[in-house]
Amino acid sequence: MFRRLCVGFVGLLLLGTAAYTADDRNPLAGDAKAAKAGEYEFRINCALCHGLGARGGGRGPDLTRAQKKHAHSDADVFQVISNGIAGTAMPANGTNGQGVGMTDEEIWQIITYIRSQEVKAAAGPMGKAARGKDLFYGDANCSLCHMVEGKGGRLGPDLTGVGGSRTREAIIDSVRNPSRRLAWGLTEATKEFPQEYESVTAVTADGKEIKGVTLNEDSFSVQIMDVNEQIHLLEKDKLRSFQKSRESAMPKYDAAVLSDKDLEDIVAFLISVGAK
Amino acid sequence: MKRVGSQTIASGIVLIVLLSGILPAHAQVTFERLVNSAKEPQNWMTYSGDYSGKRFSGLDQINTTNAGSLVAKWVYQTAATGKLETTPLVVDGILYATAQDNRAFALDARTGRPIWMYQRQIPGDIRPCCGRVNRGLAILGNKVFLGTLDAHVIALDAKTGNVVWDVAAADYRIGHSFTVAPLAVKNLIVIGVSGGEYGVRGFIDAYDADTGARKWRFYTVPGPGEPGHETWEGDSWKVGGAPAWNTGTYDAATNQIFWPTGNPSPSNRGEGRAGDNLYSNSLLALDADTGKLKWYFQFTRHDEHDWDATQVPVIVDAGGKHLIAQANRNGFFYVIDRTNGKLISATAYGKTTWSDAKDADGRPVANQKASPTLEGRRVCPGALGTTNFMAPAYDPQTSLFYVTARDQCDIFSTAPQPYEAGHAFYGSAYFPSEEAEPYLGFLKAIDPATGEVKWKFQHTSPTWSGVLSTAGGLVFSGDAEGNFIAFDAASLKPLWHFQMGGAVYAAPIAFAVDRREYVAIAAGSAVYAFGLP
Repeated sequence: MFRRLCVGFVGLLLLGTAAYTADDRNPLAGDAKAAKAGEYEFRINCALCHGLGARGGGRGPDLTRAQKKHAHSDADVFQVISNGIAGTAMPANGTNGQGVGMTDEEIWQIITYIRSQEVKAAAGPMGKAARGKDLFYGDANCSLCHMVEGKGGRLGPDLTGVGGSRTREAIIDSVRNPSRRLAWGLTEATKEFPQEYESVTAVTADGKEIKGVTLNEDSFSVQIMDVNEQIHLLEKDKLRSFQKSRESAMPKYDAAVLSDKDLEDIVAFLISVGAK
Repeated sequence: MKRVGSQTIASGIVLIVLLSGILPAHAQVTFERLVNSAKEPQNWMTYSGDYSGKRFSGLDQINTTNAGSLVAKWVYQTAATGKLETTPLVVDGILYATAQDNRAFALDARTGRPIWMYQRQIPGDIRPCCGRVNRGLAILGNKVFLGTLDAHVIALDAKTGNVVWDVAAADYRIGHSFTVAPLAVKNLIVIGVSGGEYGVRGFIDAYDADTGARKWRFYTVPGPGEPGHETWEGDSWKVGGAPAWNTGTYDAATNQIFWPTGNPSPSNRGEGRAGDNLYSNSLLALDADTGKLKWYFQFTRHDEHDWDATQVPVIVDAGGKHLIAQANRNGFFYVIDRTNGKLISATAYGKTTWSDAKDADGRPVANQKASPTLEGRRVCPGALGTTNFMAPAYDPQTSLFYVTARDQCDIFSTAPQPYEAGHAFYGSAYFPSEEAEPYLGFLKAIDPATGEVKWKFQHTSPTWSGVLSTAGGLVFSGDAEGNFIAFDAASLKPLWHFQMGGAVYAAPIAFAVDRREYVAIAAGSAVYAFGLP
């Protein structure tokens, strides 16, 4: 009887906490039952992009890292789940048609679950970041197409944040097999999925060939960045030909081109930047 | 030549209607007018434009010869956030529509200027699945009818937007909600519940249009002692789902309502609910006066892939047969004898891997390797289906069925999950099967006589737009990139497009005011109307 009263009292306290300090801290922090409930919620609402076990699904970041790009405190994570992240594929709670709208309680359960999955003592990068930086801007030619912290090319995705939002394995995979999963570019507010970095070749009416990547596209027009970083805005019905390919414009960096050691150093550099 | 002839006849009818003093402005929308909606093509009075669900407009002022010159006439910004799934109604020059978060409004259909706006306050703890959306209103007498996210049915005065009556249909806190456009039949407002994601027990209700009194309820999951109850394991029927969240159709000749139902709950886990799980993923033929079941046809038995069968069932008469056709989320196009519910044909119209055999009735049956596992299994179509809620159209001039389709496969994973009232109840997760497998989106034209896909147009990416066909030889649809497109109905070649600046999740309509035809559609958070210059 006493125990039940006690539980009831705690329950009231929790409700009060949730109602009045929802923006400050997780009222369910450390609660194993809440973490389990959060695991169900996570499967339904988050795993599509963030993968089962929150390890990152190639589309969404690995959430088992203690260091997160867009949110640090539980309150930050709550805001991110509730409101999404503008300019990224992360939607606001209940708006995207994947999963269902979550209650505040369920969001806290998910945060509890994510915290329970975090690897506290994450193994540091295996490579040497300083050498990786030299390679990135030098011999490996990454910066011809990719920018990090404002320096580098524009043809490929800006990689400043990638070390903070993708798993080490996902980064390695996208270097070794760039066509397996094309990177996401522009995200439009109500569109289901972002534009992918598809390769394109367009031939204009006067016979000029344009090779590059799609910045955006619809059935009637296409916006291309060519290999010289020139932007071309084209109407498809005025083109002589238009061809897309899911073969990434990025060359395939196999071990013969870039050794495992060099790649580890580059990844270490990206993680050191992304973790800032 | 033949087409030109029929077009001229259609024009003549329109002209007669328009010249005969039309109908007095703001006339009562009677049941007779709804039954005979083809006689007043200037109006769009039900979700699908008529009771048969064809989403076909008899107007032909805008046609294949002039569609290329269409221009935007007005834009109405709702200020709602999220997806607009509404199909507007137009009656005698006034356009009525809905938007997210329990909004409804009436506009001058010529100018887009608002006449009234209504918004119902939403409790903080509603449980909407898949966005705070609404797909439209019903109109009858001098009232419009709205289903709300907190599971109320509300009658509004069509002239003022004032609430005439307000009925709580079910408890929203355990996952009931309404997103569907109700259907007005006789003096009843018929509406189906959403909530298959929360393990509700689905139902279809009918309310007295004058008073809001509930006249009947049909539970889509039979209770103890009712036929079909034996298709549920143990107590699983209590949380069995089978919601009814898309608008059905009505056959006045037999006084039957045809209403489709959604997935059994939990959607992606069959363990614990052994059996066919009637009447999930079914087409129900109900007596309009009593809600009594006349027949049913179950498309997907014991579904484990979230393949709601809630697509609009379209009434078609062909070759002396009384048919009903549905392009189902599971990837098959079904033609059914609507006098008895017997299957006539089922033909794949998109990428499917879940069935490679048919039962004695000709119904596709699932193969073992389609059943989700903990590790996950790749199945086509994916959870979003070959099509979904996007409204199709049937054009009696081309005798073709037009539907938005998607080729996408998913990895279906399943895991045990206890039911908890008001909490999402999927028992699952699914993932895009994406490697080198981009999702493809199409507008397809299916010949119901053969099930063959006769024409298709490939979109840049899959779209959630519905489809309209018109007597002008046109088909209209939208895309995920924000284009509204006019196609030649005879070839699906695009003739015109307009960039609306927001993805399309709604279906188009056509109407006329002052003898001028308009085509309207919602995109982004706005409603657009187009016409000739």
